Amino acid sequence: MHNSTSGHSQLEEIRHIFISECNDGLDLIEQGLLELERGNNTLAIVNDIFRGAHSIKGGAATFGYTNVAEFTHVLETLLDRVRTEELGVTPPLVQVFLEAVDVLRAMVQAMESGEDYDDAQAQTVQAALIGWLGGEQDAVAPAVAMTSATSTTHADPTAVSAMASGQREAKGEDSLAPQTAPGILWDIHFKPAPDFLRNGNQPQHIFRALAELGTLTLQPLLDGLPDFSAFEPETMYLAWSLTLDTQADAARIREVFDWVELDAEIDITPRQPLPEKAAAPSHAPPPAQEAAVAEQHAPRLERRGGKKDAGSIRVDIEKIDVLLNLVGELVINQAMLNQVTRNRSGRHGKELAGELEQGLLLLERTTRELQEAVMEIRMLPLSVTFSRFPRLVHDLSARLNKQVELKITGEQTELDKTVLERIGDPLLHLIRNALDHGIESMEQRQAGGKPATGEIHLGASHEGGSVVIRVSDDGAGLNTERIFQKALEKGLVEADAKLSDSQIHDLIFRPGFSTADVVTDVSGRGVGMDVVRSNIEEIGGRVQVHSERGKGSTFRITLPLTLAILDGQLIRVAGEVYVLPLLSIVETVQVNAALINVISGREVVYRLRGKAVPVVDMREVCRIAGNAVLEDYSGKQMIIVESERRHVGLIVDELLDQHQVVIKSLETNFVKVPGMLGATILGDGTVSLILDVTTLAQTLHRARRGDDHAVATITH
Amino acid sequence: MSHVLIVDDSRSIRELLGGVLRNAGFAVTSASDGQQGLASARGQCFDLVITDINMPVMNGFDLLAALRTLPDYAFKPILILSTEFSQEMKQQGRAAGATGWMVKPFDPVKLVDVIHRLLG
Repeated sequence: MHNSTSGHSQLEEIRHIFISECNDGLDLIEQGLLELERGNNTLAIVNDIFRGAHSIKGGAATFGYTNVAEFTHVLETLLDRVRTEELGVTPPLVQVFLEAVDVLRAMVQAMESGEDYDDAQAQTVQAALIGWLGGEQDAVAPAVAMTSATSTTHADPTAVSAMASGQREAKGEDSLAPQTAPGILWDIHFKPAPDFLRNGNQPQHIFRALAELGTLTLQPLLDGLPDFSAFEPETMYLAWSLTLDTQADAARIREVFDWVELDAEIDITPRQPLPEKAAAPSHAPPPAQEAAVAEQHAPRLERRGGKKDAGSIRVDIEKIDVLLNLVGELVINQAMLNQVTRNRSGRHGKELAGELEQGLLLLERTTRELQEAVMEIRMLPLSVTFSRFPRLVHDLSARLNKQVELKITGEQTELDKTVLERIGDPLLHLIRNALDHGIESMEQRQAGGKPATGEIHLGASHEGGSVVIRVSDDGAGLNTERIFQKALEKGLVEADAKLSDSQIHDLIFRPGFSTADVVTDVSGRGVGMDVVRSNIEEIGGRVQVHSERGKGSTFRITLPLTLAILDGQLIRVAGEVYVLPLLSIVETVQVNAALINVISGREVVYRLRGKAVPVVDMREVCRIAGNAVLEDYSGKQMIIVESERRHVGLIVDELLDQHQVVIKSLETNFVKVPGMLGATILGDGTVSLILDVTTLAQTLHRARRGDDHAVATITH
Repeated sequence: MSHVLIVDDSRSIRELLGGVLRNAGFAVTSASDGQQGLASARGQCFDLVITDINMPVMNGFDLLAALRTLPDYAFKPILILSTEFSQEMKQQGRAAGATGWMVKPFDPVKLVDVIHRLLG
């Protein structure tokens, strides 16, 4: 059925399933713990947490991850105390549980990457858990099944190796050997429970298994038989007295009864005294050898570098069904078009054209739906990213000695996987800032007439074709004077600049800007809001801040649904067609020569409603024309684009259509080209480059750094 | 070919167990909780059932009890495969009508042996 190769890769696949189960389980446990801490101490939540730990333990034991199994066992034992209400839920207890979750995460990560796990932290936390159990290691007893003597001679890895080799290899050696040498005599008393038969058992199964171990004699005991009138055929009345002559030891004999022990009275005694240990014809391999075997079979079959899971995605079956349906439609569509062309002889051209047109219309619709359905597969709910924040807020607020509640809404909003992965860090930064700088200390809040517990709201929603994520806090709000002062020190603004509040707020996104008087270990140093903004803009998004003194701040992030498709404005520059992301375009103007200023004979600036906008000749950027600055731009089209809140005017030859384009990576197909986001294939089959406005503007500003002040002031 | 029903909420365990049993020549169907397991068992007649205890929606004991009330499963072997191994738990399993109890981590060779024996 399965050859060994398929068994092997099958196993590897199952191992990955197990790892992702572990991660899901840990998320579940963590969420439950945070719920507990918030006072939602219901049995349902405790049970969920318990089950999560229990499943991890079972899987880990089965897959041979002894350290995880043992650690989880201790955790589970303590959780059981909570479940049975022997132990009350207190913040320090939740804290220990959370630390245990961290240890398990590290362990799971180690098994994923195949690296060794550093045990020190596990030891510390395990000691803490045992401390809660009353300090005695014994409290954890009974130990994990795998370490208990009676369990099996074969540890779990056999489960794995049997599957990898695809056969029941170990069977023969166990059951055939004993009959050759004389063993010792065992008396076995076997009295099945009355329900024995009703529970699906049959005594002869056991006898057959015992007979495989040696010579078996049976003596039925009929004492239990009732009067014939009371006899029920489904009830077991018999007992047996068995004698077994075998080389096998007690454990091996008991093993036969393992799976029925709950359904029978079993008593196994040696009739002759056991021989000296050295001479014992022990059937089971000696412990050392056993360990070696276990080691050999340990399921780290292949060590893989890096995270394998990063490249995979879990998809709802429904989404795949939609795809299949659409592919079905496509096939029908193709058959229909075939039909039209095949039956063309002797038919009117007009009629034929009509049918073709109809077929093409259908094809267009199916293609669009197919495209949407494929995009849909890459979509994941934001909860994937949001789920890590409750823990963060919990840890940080404790460290900062603040009371903060995190409210999450709209976490079911879906985003492209790539966008989702890259929004995590900026969000993390914003939430950290809100906690550290936004929310005031409890005393300050109370003095200001606010509730002692601050609130951070993380919300997501659809707005038009984009997803909007908001991070709001009800804290102190941005301090405009201090920001202005700081910007002045850094030389970002002139002392006499007249800026509105929102313009001042916007300064926090400028490179090198940081107003924190004290650099705390929470927000850290180095990474500023400028990095947040550039991270967001890299994935085609925007970030804005709105803040009110004393009431709080809101950061609003607008993100594209996907990175694979883009709403583009087609432009022509020197005969070539380029694509500009529609999101970055503010407006289009026709150049009035009188409003053009040339600074120092080279920098071109356009006066747009009283503000100076640096102008770029796209022919220069695209290296098509020579010295473009001297050209007369009068009457040409200029597209005003926005990047990092700065406006730049791009001079183009012609504005063409607006189209949705599929982005093809230049990096994977060719090489990375600075200033280009990628390429796309247009309707007529030609390749067109997609311009990266952000890099373009940055390059421009770097080149003109000397005159930056003149043009950098925000042009709103 | 004997047909075995596996009920376990962990997909990795289902796959592993399923793989072992298929390799041993059994047909295998699996379900991820007691309720699903009960629905499958009602839909067709399995020769043997292996179930976990701790599962969402409907746990293994409840599944067992429910199966034993069905005429088709009154005498069918039903094994419990669990990380639990306390005597109290085993008693509970017995009361619910379990044929046998195997502790995870399981030895597949032994499990297959047991199943062969139970199925005669």
